[in-house]
Amino acid sequence: MSVLLRVRDLAVAYGHIEAVKGLTFHLNTGEITALVGANGAGKSTTLLALSGLLKPARGKIEFDGEDITALPAHQIVKRGVVQVAEGRAILTTLTVAENLVLGAYTRTDKAEIAASLDEVYALFPRLKDRADQFAGNLSGGEQQMLAIGRALMAKPKLLLLDEPSMGLAPIMVQEIFRTLVEINRRGLTILLVEQNVRQALKIARHGYVIETGEIVLADSGENLLANPKVEEAYLGG
Amino acid sequence: MLEQQLLNALTLGSVYALFALGFTLVFGVLAVINLSHGAVFMVGSYAALALVTHFDAPLWLAILGAMLISGTIGLLVDVLILKPLRARNAPHLIPMIATIGVGIMLTSAAQGMFGAEVLRFPEETLPAGEFIVGNVHVRALELAIVAIAFILMAVLFTLIKRTQLGRALRAIAESPKAAWLLGINVEGLFHVTSFVAAALGGVAGVLIGLDFNAITPQMGQPILHKGIAVIILGGMGDIRGALIGGLFLGFAEVISKAYLSSQMGDAVAFGLLFLILLVRPSGLFGRKLERKA
Ligand SMILES: Nc1ncnc2c1ncn2[C@@H]1O[C@H](COP(=O)(O)OP(=O)(O)O)[C@@H](O)[C@H]1O
Ligand SMILES: [Mg+2]
Repeated sequence: MSVLLRVRDLAVAYGHIEAVKGLTFHLNTGEITALVGANGAGKSTTLLALSGLLKPARGKIEFDGEDITALPAHQIVKRGVVQVAEGRAILTTLTVAENLVLGAYTRTDKAEIAASLDEVYALFPRLKDRADQFAGNLSGGEQQMLAIGRALMAKPKLLLLDEPSMGLAPIMVQEIFRTLVEINRRGLTILLVEQNVRQALKIARHGYVIETGEIVLADSGENLLANPKVEEAYLGG
Repeated sequence: MLEQQLLNALTLGSVYALFALGFTLVFGVLAVINLSHGAVFMVGSYAALALVTHFDAPLWLAILGAMLISGTIGLLVDVLILKPLRARNAPHLIPMIATIGVGIMLTSAAQGMFGAEVLRFPEETLPAGEFIVGNVHVRALELAIVAIAFILMAVLFTLIKRTQLGRALRAIAESPKAAWLLGINVEGLFHVTSFVAAALGGVAGVLIGLDFNAITPQMGQPILHKGIAVIILGGMGDIRGALIGGLFLGFAEVISKAYLSSQMGDAVAFGLLFLILLVRPSGLFGRKLERKA
């Protein structure tokens, strides 16, 4: 099993306050890995550092054998690390179709971009129906689909998802997670950040539990689900 | 008579619109009120004049040269001043004050180089010719001014509406963070925007310099105030708003000067603006002014 992303001793600070205090973890190629933890644990901070939006205080991020720690955000996207940010970061003043096309900003292969667009519309037919509407008019679930579809337009090698279930009705959460499993089955490596610990660990091959900026547990998704400590702290006993 | 005044208004209004377009573009994309835009406008005027008088450049080449020179100044302001302020997360007022400083420096520099007196384009360099449509005297010069302004605006509108670059700029206007995550080099596009906006301001300066055939170091000041009024009227950061607002101000100014009072023209125009804003405080196309991180 090859390693796609390797993170060593990653620390990220806001001013003098260290929010992430030296994480070491890795993602295997082709797997879904979950990073779970309570609100404020440092999950989003970690993802923003992986995407180059926050500069680490120390540590190293290696993607596909290359050190990407110091790369600017847009070059990290070009390498194939694409993030669906917390709260979706949909561009509400652009149409659904414009959001999707913009997802392919780092690509130039016109024909292949058109093919990707067809794939995204096949995965989320509802987006096609609403292609010409402003993205701000979509429901929460549709916006999450758009955010994921837009990320796929970049042709990622690694998809980072920050709480895709946030604010969604349970049935919509199910649908989104089913889609993630399907995308992964087609070969995409996924790092799934969630507070919805049970759902995330169910679909993840491996998982890490983060508390106040530190990884406190690392195991297979299955084992973590059965772990009494996880049960007590995150699954409601 | 009315038709003649309408033509004057269209000429003036299209230049106001062009000026305001650059101004609002910078506000929309960089979230900065760049108060050196008036001085950059003035620089455009002098640059064209210098190219025509010292280098015997034909007018079209002088206009291109003026765009390049003023655009470069806009780019330098962004790279040397606004970028370091962004890197330090300076609060909004700081870049605004810094650009006031740039405006003062440029105005003094122009005064030092060209003197304080009014300069004019030599008669023979202006497009001659005049024709009569109905009972309106149309100067070729006015026609050229309106044509240049509208062509540039059409190009900019198409770019923003239809191209990937335009979508990227709109993405930044809504959320720089979202834009970075899409792989957009946001800093790079800040530079591009600063260049383009200043180039548009520079052309507007040349066109006004030609229309009134009068160039002074202080000429950027009144238009800066008008530009601010126009983009507030149109809705901050909205390019359609800058177009409509610019034309509106041109018409209001010319018509009130012609029919109400030649002294009070500006006062009447601004009074009208004030009334509109009382009814629509966020402007014609106004959205909320805050944006996401
Ligand atoms: N922009 C910021 N400035 C200062 N502190 C922040 C900022 N963002 C997050 N934090 C703090 O960093 C810690 C981790 O936050 P975050 O990474 O958002 O957690 P999570 O995504 O796991 O909920 C929290 O204590 C939070 O208050
Ligand atoms: Mg978070």
